[in-house]
Amino acid sequence: MNQKFSLNVNGKVHMVEADPDTPLLYVLRDDIGLNNPHFGCGLGQCGACTVHLDGKPVHSCRRPISQVGDQKIVTLAGLGTPEKPHPLQAAYVEEEVPQCAYCINGWIMTAAAFLRDNKKPTDDEIRTALHRIKCRCGTHMAILRAVKRAAAMMG
Amino acid sequence: MTRHEKFASLSRRNLLKAGGALVVSFGAPLPFDSVQAADDATAVATKPPLTPDQLSSYLAVNADGTVSAYFGKMDMGQGLSVAIRQMVAEELDVPFKTVKIFIGDTATSVNQGGASGSTGVQEGGRQMRMAAAEARRVLVEIAANKLGLAADQLTVTDGVVGGAIDTTKKISYAELIGGQFFNVHLDWNGKYGNPLYAPGKAQPKDPKDHTIVGQPVPRDDIAPKVFAQTDFVTDVKVPGMMHGRVIRPEIAGAIPVSVDENSIKDIPSAKVVWDKGFLGVVADKEWDAIKAANALEVTWSNAAPPFLDQATLYDHIRSAAPRKHELQGKQAGNVDDAFNTAARVIEAEYQWPFQSHACMRPACALVEIKDGHVTCWSGTQKAHFVQTGLAAILQMPQDNVRVIWTTGPGSYGRNDADDCAMDAAVLAKAVGKPVRVQYMRDQGTGWDPKAPASIHTVRAAIDASGNVIAWDFLSKGFSRVDVDTNGSKPKDTLAGQTLGVELKSGDGFGVPEQSYGFANERTAWETIAPLLDRASPLRTAHMRDPVGPQIHFASESFMDEVAAALNMDPVEFRLRYVKDPRDLAVIKAAAEKAGWQARPSPRKDQTGDQVSGRGIAYAQRGPTRVAVIAEVEVDRSTGRISPRKFTVAHDCGQIINPDGLHHAIENNVVQATSRTLWEEVKFDNKNVTSVDWRTYPILELDQAPQQVDIVLINHPEIAPSGAGEASSRPVPAAIANAVFDATGVRIRRAPFSPDNVKSALS
Repeated sequence: MNQKFSLNVNGKVHMVEADPDTPLLYVLRDDIGLNNPHFGCGLGQCGACTVHLDGKPVHSCRRPISQVGDQKIVTLAGLGTPEKPHPLQAAYVEEEVPQCAYCINGWIMTAAAFLRDNKKPTDDEIRTALHRIKCRCGTHMAILRAVKRAAAMMG
Repeated sequence: MTRHEKFASLSRRNLLKAGGALVVSFGAPLPFDSVQAADDATAVATKPPLTPDQLSSYLAVNADGTVSAYFGKMDMGQGLSVAIRQMVAEELDVPFKTVKIFIGDTATSVNQGGASGSTGVQEGGRQMRMAAAEARRVLVEIAANKLGLAADQLTVTDGVVGGAIDTTKKISYAELIGGQFFNVHLDWNGKYGNPLYAPGKAQPKDPKDHTIVGQPVPRDDIAPKVFAQTDFVTDVKVPGMMHGRVIRPEIAGAIPVSVDENSIKDIPSAKVVWDKGFLGVVADKEWDAIKAANALEVTWSNAAPPFLDQATLYDHIRSAAPRKHELQGKQAGNVDDAFNTAARVIEAEYQWPFQSHACMRPACALVEIKDGHVTCWSGTQKAHFVQTGLAAILQMPQDNVRVIWTTGPGSYGRNDADDCAMDAAVLAKAVGKPVRVQYMRDQGTGWDPKAPASIHTVRAAIDASGNVIAWDFLSKGFSRVDVDTNGSKPKDTLAGQTLGVELKSGDGFGVPEQSYGFANERTAWETIAPLLDRASPLRTAHMRDPVGPQIHFASESFMDEVAAALNMDPVEFRLRYVKDPRDLAVIKAAAEKAGWQARPSPRKDQTGDQVSGRGIAYAQRGPTRVAVIAEVEVDRSTGRISPRKFTVAHDCGQIINPDGLHHAIENNVVQATSRTLWEEVKFDNKNVTSVDWRTYPILELDQAPQQVDIVLINHPEIAPSGAGEASSRPVPAAIANAVFDATGVRIRRAPFSPDNVKSALS
């Protein structure tokens, strides 16, 4: 049975009506019309659907909308803009990281939380922190360069 | 959402009827009525037919002076569109930024083959270059008439034609033809797809005059993606659209015998579509479609488990009757005689598993059938072929079908995209509404066409003086084209196969591409029948550098085995036998960059569990050559291989964009490392059991190399050749050879996962 939910997404409040079991991903994409958290596996294994809930990266494909409550949702679109990019977005552009770019929500949203809490991380710390996020095109070397570049900008 | 609704309606109104509005419909409105008519036979207001022999099929100059390029190949994320724009801008003498490109829309481009075989620049770029050169020639000719000067007294700067001496006389491309269409006939070779070639009378520029080609122009599609301003194919929506899911059997080959629609009656709007072996559901909301697909109670036919015990896969390949045997590549001398006289014979067998494209996102497609016309949005690599396939399965004229390639996840060959487009068409036709199908993860990995499993047996004959006098190479495996490289025929798609079309599995494999000049050479391949002929999750097809990684894993591992048996340094061995000067150049360049120290493998100076080594491999891929040196660490106690550094030397003729090329190679080497170390499709006797990222692991960030050094060898005088795939093929052998150097143990079966390596080491 559908229920009404109020969601705070990228600073805007949206009212939606959905089955409480619906994963947040489908509500963000289909009901609110966002194009950025992506479906990759629906299993919490790849990261393509990652958003921040109160600053914490979560897999929106596995988070039922009924468990979101009043947590503030931030997606890649809410992280920064071309005029005011998040350092990771700036670094991603600068390093020309993506091949297909389908995976970038996972990397950027996870790395953004990581860099916020970890200033000047080592190469190994970055590799460990972003372990398990998938990139099928093999852009891993560029991802590492971009995260380090962003860390330097934030440091 | 709005954008696509508008786009879709425009498409029907303008694009499918006549060509007149073609340029207008793509974002840059062109005031046709305000355009100064070009009173020349080379320019017309109405678009000539979209055929390969028309210049207008490739290029248009807009009223604002921008240039539109219409390209029948796809950019799957390697920056091809930038390279093509550079080639067009170069020949036309317009600034790079004035060239816009429209890719893979069957309503605006001719069939140049789609993404295929690393031919984006090699064939697609060649054609666009010739078209742009012809466009410039024609524009200069019109300008000559208007300015009253001879064409050879004119120069072009930034899209303005002017007198070389009398600089007061000038006229812009926009003034000459802007908003009108070229009416210029090209000398088309009559072919479609990759071999399509239609030059005009113009010759392209001398490479020494290039100012845009060869520059590291950055990709401008990245920022919009990073700021979430780009819609992927998954984001396309049209009014009235339903969400579809297809349902696959638990035992491959089973078909539904009864379906209980009551089992989904409580799910709003959910409907079943069942026709023979095809089974799917649709619902208004995506989550409801997913729930319905999971909840639907289906009784399946009692199919016998079609597969064998995976542990016996390579025995099966070895013993199965060859369906086709073919000699391919250079055959020299008399191999059998040479082996009979050999002082020594070296022999080995190498094994490569089924692999999955496992794209970041399982396939997604949207099909709308309305007013006798079909529109399909797909991430396919080959939109024009999907157009043919949809027309066939829907039994509609091809001209009434439009396929719009829309950027999707990275695509590395004949993946699940074309199957998905066909499934969406079947569902859309059945329910009379637009249907968007999104495969689920288990379908993306478990049911995509697979790269074929194979074994490769290799022998070398050595004479009494230690010279290699013969080699004999045989690939034997499942066909590279059990289903074809594209979805133009229903028989090559799951929809067609589940609906019962007549099957025909193709035959093809391959042999090494290199230039070892042994006196006696024989290279051949054999294919065997698929384990299940219809709707098989192990049906095989092209996956990035089709059969290249496995073949060169075998051939270049084997060359290393021979070098080691002869106590020769692996680079020295190759320099002694490889003949082609460009091949020798990449081998030398890689060795020099890596600081290669000549000595035979394996190292003999290491003890303990942590050991390191280096290995080289090289290959041609068509006209492209690549050498790769891998430096690895091996933990003998765990079997874990850590790639430390790759050094790549790459020669693909003229470099169009060194920046894009560098990224393409770097990413390709990492992906090939993933395939080498980790990737293997697992199956039991009923079905594929690799269905997600846990059961089909790929390389993780903490397993990525520490360093990838790339040496780009530029030959502006040599036509550019493919770079999307070539660097995959030497990687497996380079790693295997490095592991041998480190451990003295030869890994002859991929993937080199810790378990496999540990058992090889013990």
